[in-house]
Amino acid sequence: MVNYIPVLLILIIAIGMALVIIILSRIAARNRPTREKLMPYECGVEPVGTARERQSVKFYLVAMAFLLFDIEAVFLVPWAVVFRGILESETYRNLRYVIYAEMMVFMVVLFVGLVYVWRKGILEWNK
Amino acid sequence: MTNLLLEWLIKTIIILLILLTAVAYVTLMERKVMAWIQLRVGPNRVGLGKFRLWGLMQPLADALKMIFKEDIVPIQANYWLYIAAPALSLIPALMTFIVIPYGSTITLFNRTIELHVTRMNVGLLYVLALTSVGVYGIVLAGWSSNNKYSLMGGLRSSAQMISYELALGLSIVCVLLYAGTLDLVDIVNAQNGFHGLAWNVFRYPLLIPVFIIFYIASLAETNRTPFDLPEADSELVAGYHTEYSSMKFVMFQMAEYLNLITASSISTTLFFGGWNGPFVGRAPYLGPVYFMIKVLGLIFLAMWIRYTVPRFRYDQLMRFGWKFLLPAAIVNIIISSTVLLFRP
Repeated sequence: MVNYIPVLLILIIAIGMALVIIILSRIAARNRPTREKLMPYECGVEPVGTARERQSVKFYLVAMAFLLFDIEAVFLVPWAVVFRGILESETYRNLRYVIYAEMMVFMVVLFVGLVYVWRKGILEWNK
Repeated sequence: MTNLLLEWLIKTIIILLILLTAVAYVTLMERKVMAWIQLRVGPNRVGLGKFRLWGLMQPLADALKMIFKEDIVPIQANYWLYIAAPALSLIPALMTFIVIPYGSTITLFNRTIELHVTRMNVGLLYVLALTSVGVYGIVLAGWSSNNKYSLMGGLRSSAQMISYELALGLSIVCVLLYAGTLDLVDIVNAQNGFHGLAWNVFRYPLLIPVFIIFYIASLAETNRTPFDLPEADSELVAGYHTEYSSMKFVMFQMAEYLNLITASSISTTLFFGGWNGPFVGRAPYLGPVYFMIKVLGLIFLAMWIRYTVPRFRYDQLMRFGWKFLLPAAIVNIIISSTVLLFRP
C-alpha cells in the first residue's frame, strides 16, 4: 500500500511541469491578437455555422460496444492471472476443466454479442 | 520513511529527466529516420557556435522557438477546458514510467537500489488505466477548440483509440495467461533463464502473433501512421490540435512521443525480456543498456512503418480494428488457454 506514494509524487511533478510550461509560454510569448488570428480556423474562409451542431450517432454506438467488450476484458484479466496457477497446483487439480469451460462459455456469449453487433451494421461505413 | 521518500524522489526525477531528453531526441531521430528513408539527410546543421555537431542541438533550437511563438487562444474556445486538454494528455503519458523495471538491482553508496521506482502488484493494469485516461485529453481538445475540424478530428481519434484499446487489452490478457502475474517486475524476472535469453517470445512461440496484435494496436493507440488520419496534415486540417499553438501544441507532441516510448517499453517488458540479455547477472549495469537498445529498436520499427506504409482511410481503420484485430485477439486467448490446459 505504501508503494503507491510515488504515483502521487509523479502526479504532482507532472502537474507542476505542465503548469511551468503554460506559464513560461505566457511570459515569453508575444501577444498581439488580431481578428483573423482569433477566428476558428476553416482553411482561410469565414467560418460557416457553429461547431456545436449534431454529430453522427455512430460514435456513440462505438463507445457502447467498447464499454461492453471492455467489461469482458475486465473479467478476463483476473481469470488469466490465476489460470496457470490453478493448473499447476495440486489442490485444485479436479477443477481444471471446469474453470476453463466456464470462461469459455463467457467468451462465447460475448463473441455472439460481437457477431450481433457485426450483423447489425454498427461496425460498417464510416467505422 | 524519509529515506524511502528521498529514494523515490531521486529516482522519479532521474527518470523524468532522462525521459524528457529522450522525447526531444526521439523527435530528432524521427526526422533523421524519415530523411534517410526518403533518401535525403535530415537536420544536420544546428550545432554549438562554430561546430556543426551533426544537428544534435536541433531539439533545443525547436524548443526555444516554440516557447517564443505567440500563444493564440481562439475567441470562442472554452477557456479552461482548452488549457486543460494538453495537460490532460501529457500527464498520464508521463505517469506510466514509474512501474517499468529498467534493471535488476545495483549496489551504489552501500545501498542496494532496485531499478524501478515503485513495485505495484498490479503494475500492468496501472499502465492500461493510464492509456485509457489519455483519451480524455484528445476528446476535450476537439470539443473545446470550438472548430468543426477539431471536433470531428477529436471524435474520430477518440473512437479509434477506444476501438484499438480492446485489442490491446485482450492481447495483454493473452500474455497474462503465460505470466501468471500483473507485476511487471515479476514478469521480467521470469524471463531470466538461459543466459538471459529466455524472453517470452522465445519461450512461448504462441506469443509471436500476440506481439504483432499488441504492436499494431499500440501504433493505433498512439495515433501513429498508418493510423494517423485524425491528425494528418492533409486530411481534416490538423485534427484535434488545429487551434493549438506554441507550447500547448508542444505538449501534445510530447504526449504523442511519450506514448510511443511507453508502448515500446511495455512491448519489451512483456515480450522481449525487458532488461534481460547475455551476462546481465554478472554485470547489473548492463540491464538498462539492453532495455534501451530494445526500446530504441521498437521505436525505430514504428518509424520505419510510418514512412513505408500509406495511411488507412477512417472506415478501413475501424473495420480493421473491430473485425480483424478484436476477433484475432479473442481467438488467441482461446488457443493459448487451450494449449495451456493440455500442456502446462
